[in-house]
Amino acid sequence: MSDVSDLVLDARGLVKHFPITQGIVFRSKVGAVRAVDGVDLQLRRGETLGIVGESGCGKSTLAKLLVGLERPTSGEIMVRGDDMVRLSGPALRRARRNIQMVMQDPYTSLNPRMTVGDIIGEPYVIHPDAVPRSGRERATQELLDLVGLNPDHINRYPHQFSGGQRQRIGIARALALRPEIIVCDEPVSALDVSIQAQVINLLERLQRELGLSYIFIAHDLSVVRHISDRVSVMYLGKIVETGYHKAIYEQPTHPYTQALLSAVPVPDPRLRGHRDHIVLEGDVPSPANPPSGCRFRTRCWKAQPYCADHEPLLQIRQRAPHPSACHYAEVRDVLHRY
Amino acid sequence: MTDISVGLDPRAPLLHVDDLHVEFRTRDGVAKAVNGASFYLQPGETLAILGESGCGKSVTAQAVMGILDSPPGHVTGGQVLYRGVDLLKLAEKDRRQFRANRIAMIFQDALSALNPVYTVGFQLAELFRKHRGMSRSAAKLKAIELLDQVRIPAAKDRINDYPHQFSGGMRQRVMIAMALALDPEVLIADEPTTALDVTVQAQIMGLLAELQRQRNMGLLLITHDMGVVADVADRISVMYAGKIVEEAPVHDIYARPAHPYTKALLESIPRLDHKGRELNVIRGLPPSLTDIPKGCAFHPRCGYAREICRMDQEPPAYQIAAHRIARCHFIREVLGV
Repeated sequence: MSDVSDLVLDARGLVKHFPITQGIVFRSKVGAVRAVDGVDLQLRRGETLGIVGESGCGKSTLAKLLVGLERPTSGEIMVRGDDMVRLSGPALRRARRNIQMVMQDPYTSLNPRMTVGDIIGEPYVIHPDAVPRSGRERATQELLDLVGLNPDHINRYPHQFSGGQRQRIGIARALALRPEIIVCDEPVSALDVSIQAQVINLLERLQRELGLSYIFIAHDLSVVRHISDRVSVMYLGKIVETGYHKAIYEQPTHPYTQALLSAVPVPDPRLRGHRDHIVLEGDVPSPANPPSGCRFRTRCWKAQPYCADHEPLLQIRQRAPHPSACHYAEVRDVLHRY
Repeated sequence: MTDISVGLDPRAPLLHVDDLHVEFRTRDGVAKAVNGASFYLQPGETLAILGESGCGKSVTAQAVMGILDSPPGHVTGGQVLYRGVDLLKLAEKDRRQFRANRIAMIFQDALSALNPVYTVGFQLAELFRKHRGMSRSAAKLKAIELLDQVRIPAAKDRINDYPHQFSGGMRQRVMIAMALALDPEVLIADEPTTALDVTVQAQIMGLLAELQRQRNMGLLLITHDMGVVADVADRISVMYAGKIVEEAPVHDIYARPAHPYTKALLESIPRLDHKGRELNVIRGLPPSLTDIPKGCAFHPRCGYAREICRMDQEPPAYQIAAHRIARCHFIREVLGV
């Protein structure tokens, strides 16, 4: 179905450490927050890769690395044969057009003092050769129409729109430079359920019509299942399990994935008392000082002394048909028929 | 101090809110946040008030608790009956006796609900000193005992920590401990897990359920999350534009919703069998509270709406079965009978 030529994004060994410093005059580095600590991911044309994980697992930092808002400590991000990490100046600016972002909060990610037309048209000011000056207003109106807003509202301000409409503005802005890849960082989590569905449908329609590839980052597992072809689960800066959506949801092998899935409330009262409830103890450890070996071992019910010394690689194992970073990976269906 | 148990009727419902109206008088007009909400709660029972942002669910909770910001908020009608006593008619000093003692509340954001400049132990002990007249040392012991009950590890050492030194889930436990300190019979939980991750959410909801069982408390759960509701609620009241549009036992409402809004909400959640298909959407937006549509407030977004729904007269609360009501002219069509 897909081959290597379909690959639109290929990131390898991505690492982002934020230094922790001490002192004012003689600043010295005393440690590092390992926000992203060795992540590989591939994205094919027209595909949606979902990334799930709890707060602090590094998924938003990963998004920023992919669109070039943060520079990785190490690793490479290949987009159309160019390594985004090594590019600079005009070449980087050009390459960035191809990978755009939709932010989480439609209330703070739009400048309240700019009109909608200026917000959506700003990419054309930064990249003047994308659309000639005379055609920009029309291009902006076409974008508004594309995302289901009234093109006549080009001179309105963000506060005149509802949350769902603002998220459409954010999507229009991301589409302005006709990118192949859009990184969506929690695009619907600030919206009410009835509005969420509208935005999810819009993203799916745009993907079909424009052949877009999405990286879809969210903590809501049912939204991710709905929209994703493949899913990666992150924990403390690493991907612990990855595979096709059916594999992850129906045959999870990593204990963290299993716990995460079992903790999601299912909107069906008939399943009450019939579900596998794995309640994890404690909180996610600090990424400044992650546990040795397997990072999940401090909350894992399967942990053995071996886990403290040997870091499990993300790979296919005897009892794990898709890549899983657990020495004792084994399929366990926690959702059952839901 | 007057004795608060005088006048309570043990046969009356634990909590009965009847035709509650709340409005906010602002410069931009009068926002009618709650327009005749009615519900009841019995001991040991969990009633979920389900609705989207701006539907009036939090304002209802604040009015019941007596912590409405006033002005601009005003309760303009209705009753809040606790064992038959109308709390809205009490003087503030009497009402204060009900708060924390009889009805307690936990909030979504524990960091802003706790005082950042006092230790957790001080804030907990304060309740016992003020309400129960305990000595400092006795109050401190009670505080440690409470933190133990909500399973905060090493409670004895953590009592001198400040709220910011706790993680999100632990802070929520502290707030639960504070709410339960004086053994209330009603606990109002306003989006208690919305700010938390799912694995922590599961811990907190489990803890709440266990404490509720031990104490036979009535739990009023205010939430927008239909997954959480399905897991814990006994009955559900669905709120839209300040009104309860449907009320039903949890199994009935998920199996056969009677109000078009409830039905549309349930259909808009992504489910396994919808994979690869468009999600059902509720068209349009929730109404502005300063300009609620005439007739049925949901009619501009409703697929069942006809002329009668746009009339001045709003649909009455039809009784469908025991403990089941819905405010819609076309219940039979929605139910498919």
